[in-house]
Formats: sequence, C-alpha cells, structure tokens
Amino acid sequence: MTVSSPAWLATTEQIATAKQSLDQHAYESVQWHFHDSTGSPFWLEKKKELKFDPLTEVKVFDDLKKFPEFEDEWLRGGPINRWIPKGLLGKPAYVFETGGTTGIPKSRMVIDDFRIDYELFSHTLPDEYFPKGSNWLMLGPSGPRRLRLAIEHLCQYRGGICFCIDLDPRWVVKLIKKGWMEHLEEYKRHCIDQAITILTANHDIKCMFTTPKLLESLAAGLAEKDTSIQEIGITGIFSGGTEFTPQWTRFCVEELLGGPAEESGVYMTPTYGNTLMGLACSRPVILEEDYTIAYYAPQPRAVVEVVDFDDHTKVVGYGETGRVKLYTMTKEFFVPGFLERDEGEREMPYKKYPWDGVSGVRPYRAFASSTTVGVY
Amino acid sequence: MLTINPIRWGKQYKSLDFQEVFHFDTGEPIAKIGQVNGGMVEMDMRKAANARKALRSIPTPELIARCKKAAHLFEHETLPLGDGHQTVDEFIHQQSASTGLPEHMCRNNMQKNCFVLSNIDTILDALTRGLDLDIFSKGYGEEGRNVTVSYQCQTPVLGAVLPNNSPGVHTLWLPAVPLQVGLVLKPGSQEPWTPYRMISAYIEAGIPAEAFCLYPGGHDVGSTIMNKCSRSMIFGSAHTVDQYSGNPRVQAHGPGFSKILIGDDVVDQWEDYLDLMVESVLSNSGRSCINCSGIWASRHTKAIGEALAARMGAIEILPPTDPKAALAAFTNPQMAKGTYAMVQQDLAEAGVTDMTASFGERLVERERSAYLRPMVVTADSPQRGVAMKEYMFPFVSVVQCSQKDMIKSIGSTLVGTALTADEAWIDDLTNATHIDRLNIGPMPTSRLNWLQPHEGNLIDFLFRSRAYQVVPMRVPQSVG
Repeated sequence: MTVSSPAWLATTEQIATAKQSLDQHAYESVQWHFHDSTGSPFWLEKKKELKFDPLTEVKVFDDLKKFPEFEDEWLRGGPINRWIPKGLLGKPAYVFETGGTTGIPKSRMVIDDFRIDYELFSHTLPDEYFPKGSNWLMLGPSGPRRLRLAIEHLCQYRGGICFCIDLDPRWVVKLIKKGWMEHLEEYKRHCIDQAITILTANHDIKCMFTTPKLLESLAAGLAEKDTSIQEIGITGIFSGGTEFTPQWTRFCVEELLGGPAEESGVYMTPTYGNTLMGLACSRPVILEEDYTIAYYAPQPRAVVEVVDFDDHTKVVGYGETGRVKLYTMTKEFFVPGFLERDEGEREMPYKKYPWDGVSGVRPYRAFASSTTVGVY
Repeated sequence: MLTINPIRWGKQYKSLDFQEVFHFDTGEPIAKIGQVNGGMVEMDMRKAANARKALRSIPTPELIARCKKAAHLFEHETLPLGDGHQTVDEFIHQQSASTGLPEHMCRNNMQKNCFVLSNIDTILDALTRGLDLDIFSKGYGEEGRNVTVSYQCQTPVLGAVLPNNSPGVHTLWLPAVPLQVGLVLKPGSQEPWTPYRMISAYIEAGIPAEAFCLYPGGHDVGSTIMNKCSRSMIFGSAHTVDQYSGNPRVQAHGPGFSKILIGDDVVDQWEDYLDLMVESVLSNSGRSCINCSGIWASRHTKAIGEALAARMGAIEILPPTDPKAALAAFTNPQMAKGTYAMVQQDLAEAGVTDMTASFGERLVERERSAYLRPMVVTADSPQRGVAMKEYMFPFVSVVQCSQKDMIKSIGSTLVGTALTADEAWIDDLTNATHIDRLNIGPMPTSRLNWLQPHEGNLIDFLFRSRAYQVVPMRVPQSVG
C-alpha cells in the first residue's frame, strides 16, 4: 500500500486526460453493445430488464454503476453465440474457459481481444530483458484457456516462437481435493520435467510465462541439476495466474532469480488478470517499496476499482482496503462491474498508468477459506 | 512489540509477511512472527548437509556438555529472541497468553524440556543401550564384544511440524542435536515460544547456529519440510497419523487414547487409585496425548465415575496466572464449541451417562476464548462410541468391560497403565502390540520415565543398523 506522494505519482493533467478518455470509451462501448444493429443477443435481451435506457442515460464511466453487477454465472452454459455482438458476426471466434473442474465451466467468447490485450502488454515489457526475436516458453495451463494462445501471440508479436507444455489445471484441482498430494507432486514434476527438457534443448529461449508456484518449482528443479534460471539463459519472466505477495516476490527476485534485474540480468514482472478482463500490469516492484505490487488495468479497455465491502458502488479511499471490482469494455465483451473474488488496497495513479490501481491483492476474506487458490 | 524472525541455518531472515500473536483473553498483541514460504524451505534444504557437518565438527561429549549448558540457559537466563530478548518470566507469560495454558503449567512444561536436556547423556545412554556415541558420529565402531557395529545416519536434519497446544512435546526432538543431526522446525502458530527459546539456548551454549532452521509459515511450509527432510516428525490428528502410517521417513504423533486398565484382582480397591486417576486425566489440563481418556474396569464403573466427577466436576476456571488454575482456555472459542457438540453426540447414545451433569455448565464462553470444564462419563460397554474418544480438555470415559475382553477392546493406546498383579494378564498386556508405553502398577499415565523411548526410539528413526566389515588393507608406499 502506498499512501504518501511518491515520485511516480501521475500529474493532475495526466489523470484528467485519462479520465476524459475513459468517459468517452465507456459511452462508445455502451452505444456499441446496446444498439440493435451491433449489440450481442445477450446484452440486447438484458436491455429489456433494465430500468433505464443505456443508449441515452450512460454518458460517462460512472454511469455504468446504473447497471446491475455482472454475474459470472451468466457465462456458464450456452449458447456461446449469444455473446457475439452483431457488429462482429462472421469473424472467427474462440471460446476460453475458466473453472470446470466439476460442472460446466465459464466460457468467454473472444475474437481479437486476447491479441489486442497482449499486444498492449507487449509494449510495457522492457526490450532489454524481453529481447525482440527471442523464443519463449509458456509454462502454464494449457487446454481451453486464454493464456495458451495469448502467450503464443505475445511471443509471435515480438518476433519469437513459443514452446509450450501440457498442464491440465482441472486435474490439479482434483488432486488437491482428493488429497492425493503424492500425485500432485508427481504431476508438478512431470510439468517441470517438460519445461527443463525444452529449456536445455538449445532453443535459445530467453523469455517465459509462468505462475509463481511453477516458477518456484522450476527453480528447484534446475537447482537439482546444479543450474538456475539465470544460468539457463532466461532474462525475462512474465508471471501471473495466482496470488503474488511482496514477500514471495522478494524471495523470487533475491533467491530464485539471483537478485534485482540490474544485477542478475533476469527481470520478472507480476501481472493480474483473468479471462473476463485483460491484463493488469504492475508498477516496477522494488526493494525500496518493500516489494509492493500495485496493478493497473489496461484502461480504457478495462478498469479496476477497489470498492467498499458493503456498498459496491462506493470506491474506498487511497490506501484503504476493499473488494476488487472489474469493468471490461471492448468491442467483443462488456462487463459493467464485476466483483472479483479478491480484495486489496486502492493505489494512487501512476504516471505511466494515470488512473487508480490496486495493491496487496489476495483472496477476498469471505471466500478465502473455501477457495482452492494457487493450484498451478 | 516483539518481532520474531524466521531462522535459516542460524541466520535471522526479515520477512515481509507477518502473523500476529494475540493474548487469548485480552486480545493484546504479543508478538509478530515473520513467515516464510515452502519454496524458501525447498531452496534451503539443498544445504542441509552443512548442518550435520557443523555438528560433527564438535565431539559428542562436548556437544552433550553444551546441551546441558543450553538446558540451564533455557530454564534460567534471559535469551535473545527475534529483535529483542526474553526473560524466563516473559517466556512463561507469552506462552500462556497464546496457548491458553495456565502459567504454572507452562513452567512445568519448561522444566520437563529442561530435564530432558539436562540429562541428555543418561537419556542417550538408555536410547542407545549404552553404545559409545562415537559410533553414531563416525558411523561405525567397536561395540565392546569384539564386534563391529554400524549405525548409519539417515538424514542430515530432523524436520518437525510442531503443534500449537502442547509445549511438552518438544522433548522429542531435543536429542537430535547431540546425535549431530540438525533441526528444521515449523513452530506452531500459537506456540513458537519453546522452539525459538530452545534454539536460542542451543546457540548461546555454543552449538553451531548453522544447524538450525525455524520456519514459521503456512501449510506449504509443513508439507515441504515433510517432503524434503529424509526424517521428520509431525504432530496432528488421528487422520494425520493414519496418513503417514507405515512411512519410514515420518514419525507421526497424534491423539494418545491413553488408558488406565484396572484388573479384577484390584478393582474392588479402586478407591486406592483415585488420586492416580485424577492426575492422569487432569494434568496439563488434559491436553497431552499421555493424559488418560479412558478408565476400564469390569465393575464399580458407576462408583468410579461418581468419585472422579466429585473430584473434578466442580473445578472452576481460574485466571492463567493463578497457581491453582487447572484448566486451559481454548484460544479459538469455535474449537471449544465444536468439541462440546461432539461430546453431546457421544452422550446421546444409550448406555452413556454424564457424571458431571450436576456440577454446572461445562462449556463456558468468554469474549475471545472458551473453556470446557472437566467431564466424566460412564459407558456400559466398550461398544459405546465414547469409549474410543479423546478430547483436548480433561475428559474421561469410565468403561465397563470384562478383563478377558479388555485388551482386544481398548484399541490403540499410547500409554496403558495396568493396575494389576495378575501375572497371566500382565503377560498378555506385555504382548499387546497396540499398547505403546506400558506401565504395570500404580503409575499415572502422564508420568513419563525419560530413560524409556517414547513413541518409537529416536535412534531407530534417525539411524539404520547395518553390516560393516573392516579388513585391514595393505597400501603400497608411495614412491618419491
């Protein structure tokens, strides 16, 4: 949590410009998603239930609070095509899933969003550590997940070729629920073995995506072979998928990667995101700020708010704790406020991302004990 | 407020993650404890061999001398702890505040730990059956009958996932140090005090700091210790014990289901043993696995139950600082409520009678904690569910069972005190493999002779006896 006035703070002008852009984007998104000629069957049907006319009564971002909260349960089951905006009919579409260990997974229809999100993200990566043209390893969940294709696209966008492994997170969740911890360890080893095989096969891999837990396991697996992430030639790591704590990040930087990037030559950037939203980037995570991890959504396409636990329309004060609320406004997908299963502290605008962020993201206290987190 | 840091091979690690420890009654914060994660433990364990190497650099007799010095420091001196220091009184107060145990019980547990360490040479002599400790250091040696023996150490460190509630169990890992085996401990979140103070005493006494790790943290820390240490101890529930059953790498300690078995030859004189029964049930507020949870007899069970209820039923809750306090608080009131609900289910069964029912409420809820006052129940048959129960407060079931059926009905028993002089029955009891510690005669279940192995011999756990043959070699002299 940051509450003083640090050097990285955005200026008043930057904040105002970003706000103006967000208001304009929110207005245009609502026009697109609720106009009979361009909106999706889902939202056009929902429009009938609303007590206001979104086409005339949503003029700025804050007007989105007139909508009822988005329920991710709406994403379970089909038909998936009801999510395709009429304005995009005929374009090749993907479906990305979340959950699904038991029962029907939540499905999100995607056309180009994953490419756009990850191209935007690509521009935030330092070329020094993520060299253009270098090859990548995707050490994360495979199958019907956004990450698999998104990372591959990111890599290709940067001129490289992406190597992947097989990892089924639904099986991992089942192993945990069954208490088959030996199987869990073996499966983890199976994934890490695949990764080490690729990394040691002379493919000139310099960059990778992985989750915190898998990064830890990879480092341990390499250590068993008397080598390290640094020695094996990785210079840039983009990590996400599960919770990051400052302490874990510090451990990762100091002990798994060989020190801060300027000393070790290995840079790791934590990210926060999910299939509903794009990808939130973090401010540089540094020792001087006790490895505080503050995320900023890719505005105006997506917005992160930290809202009061009881009144979800009220944003908490800077430095205060609240529930994470997401908004997504792309041509393909519209989420006018979704309460994430996370909580955190509201962060002040950063000059590179002059809007509110969130730090200290962790499972929402009311769900924390019942949620299986950090499964891969 | 005191900040207690994780210790990684003797060095304090200033974590960014903390867990606060609060006084169970006042809610006052006592300390904040830095946390580590499993990955950190995994990385550290690559250097585990250094711990044994450091300990082996000191001859065993010298290590024993330093252990005795550590015992004195532990019991009497102010010691470094985290970012400050801790006096003996502070230790007692802090331990009581976070575990709910009355202070005089904390002091007793402290003395128990100290006793083991002060007498470590005698205890090791008993555990090794008099073998020269150099054999364990070197790996082989002369037994004394012109026979070479070899004890190969199976691990450079002993891992231990320690409990929250019972400061007495720490005696089990203390002897690892003079056996030149390092310690990798995950302290219980409410009872970090004993392991921290003991390691501090060891280091102050001159034991190499690099032999010790203390890893406060979450479940992943415990599972990593269990995975990465070739030998480890865990303290948990019956489920935990089942989970590790038959695993030679793990010594699992759970509920004891300790019992007093009264033979037909003395059962008519049961009143002579009432003090012994009360002590067995009540000591340490019934929290230990060595506390008696079942008293089995073929007759007089109702009278025994009434007499025990008369002695224990009226015991009141006293402040933890009161030297007469006999009851420990449940620092998590939900646990007390849950336990009481389970007891209510036991009592619902026909043939089960609550002998303490007339002595007032058993569950006493406070603002931040709760107490369960002692309970004595009778069961008219070993078939009653309550006959196999053990709870975390002074609770005993007096079970009616014929002597001939007793051994086969009692189930797993950590400490069995048999009140009998019946030689044939003693022989049967001696051969009963489900009784671990067997006391023949009037010995409370809660009184341990430390010269006897407890829940397995640590020597057998840490070392493997194997063949080792030495034939002199003729080595050619080097030229030049």
